[in-house]
Amino acid sequence: MSSVWIAVAVVLGIALVAGVLLLVFSHLFAVAENPQKKAIRECLPGINCGACGYKGCDDYADALTQGGVKPNLCVPGAQSVADRIGGILGVEAEPFKDVVAFVACNGHCEATFRTAEYDGIPTCRAASMVYGGANACRFGCLGFGDCAAACPSDAICMTDGIARVDTSRCLGCGLCAQTCPKRIITMVAQETKTVVMCSNKQKGGPAAKACKNACIACRKCEKACPHGAITVKDNLATIDYDKCTDCGTCVAECPTGCLKSVFFPNLPETDN
Amino acid sequence: MDMFKTLIVILLSSVLVDNYVLSRFLGICPFLGVSKKLDQATGMGIAVTAVMLIATAATWPIQYFVLNTLHLEFLQNILFILIIAALVQMLELLLRKVSPALHKGLGVYLPLITTNCAVLGVTINNITDGYSFIESMVSSLGCGLGFLLAMVLFSGLRSRIDESNIPAPFRGLAVTLIAASFISLAFMGFGGIVDNIFGGAAV
Repeated sequence: MSSVWIAVAVVLGIALVAGVLLLVFSHLFAVAENPQKKAIRECLPGINCGACGYKGCDDYADALTQGGVKPNLCVPGAQSVADRIGGILGVEAEPFKDVVAFVACNGHCEATFRTAEYDGIPTCRAASMVYGGANACRFGCLGFGDCAAACPSDAICMTDGIARVDTSRCLGCGLCAQTCPKRIITMVAQETKTVVMCSNKQKGGPAAKACKNACIACRKCEKACPHGAITVKDNLATIDYDKCTDCGTCVAECPTGCLKSVFFPNLPETDN
Repeated sequence: MDMFKTLIVILLSSVLVDNYVLSRFLGICPFLGVSKKLDQATGMGIAVTAVMLIATAATWPIQYFVLNTLHLEFLQNILFILIIAALVQMLELLLRKVSPALHKGLGVYLPLITTNCAVLGVTINNITDGYSFIESMVSSLGCGLGFLLAMVLFSGLRSRIDESNIPAPFRGLAVTLIAASFISLAFMGFGGIVDNIFGGAAV
């Protein structure tokens, strides 16, 4: 027998063994995939934006099948996706809440100042690496516009040294919130009317020295709020939006004006 | 004692001196492709190390007990590719069932490794260098660790590059390749270090 046939036999033999082993493995170690998960995954848009708070559409679908997760978290999918997921899971989806980006800082040029001159690469990420930035307030907006650069819909512009969100253009994707090195951008429900426009966690004295508009943790709002919705945590007022009724009492009480009444205009309705 | 010394020499020289990525220029594809973030680079490095070990454990006996006895050494390349690809698939199936968490971490990299030239290179070099089975396994471990080291170092370098102000013509892939060549140059400095430490005991 010529060596060619031996070679062919050896290759075929090993390939056959490998094939049979693969077959055995795929049967032995078959993982039953949840059919619900597949159906949910098909409803989701699949762009893996992460606005729901999970690592991607797959991760969110996984979390949904395991229960205890609200089906209305998909921002790009909005109401229609929430309804379809609710249908698959057999639960009534709560109305989808539009979210918008909110910059928790009001340290504009007249309210605060810089303690140093920063002359490096003009991005927030680079500036924050040098002693946390040149601002007097080490929690505040650095004003180089990393968030504006990340925004896919040009909804953020830099005004008076801080980022401002034009909520009529905000898609609610949350990319700016992930980009901001100071983590002062949060996604808030669009119907929110009362906000804390400060992220300073220093005590009253240093906070007041750093910025005129800072939260000085005086606790006036905490005492004034008739619904018990405001607590001062880490020297910073925080609003519990489940209790807040937007009555405006705290806004009137706040001595520095860091509590504000706001109105976030909606995204203009589009045909698609 | 002599054998122990030989194994240490093999391990050290395959991690530092004969680093697969930086000195032998194998496995450049994942080195450039998956080194943007540290966690991805680490995952890929660990996956490659595991696959190298398993592939060597499978290909070494086949070479010595099947190919050499039948005088079919010329089938080495094609058979090794076949065996590695099948092994990686089996490993993926196994991981998915036994440890879903590990599969989540490494699973995405495994299909990328099926035809990785660094893995094939390790298995073939183990044969051409005439290593025994234990020496081959140690050499594979060293090569895998060397790959992991290169990936981790390079991902750190790349995150620094992302922060820097780079002249426009060099942005993107150009500066990445230049940085890779510098790391490679730095690793060239390890040449001969193992021989000198262990008094020329290198195999």
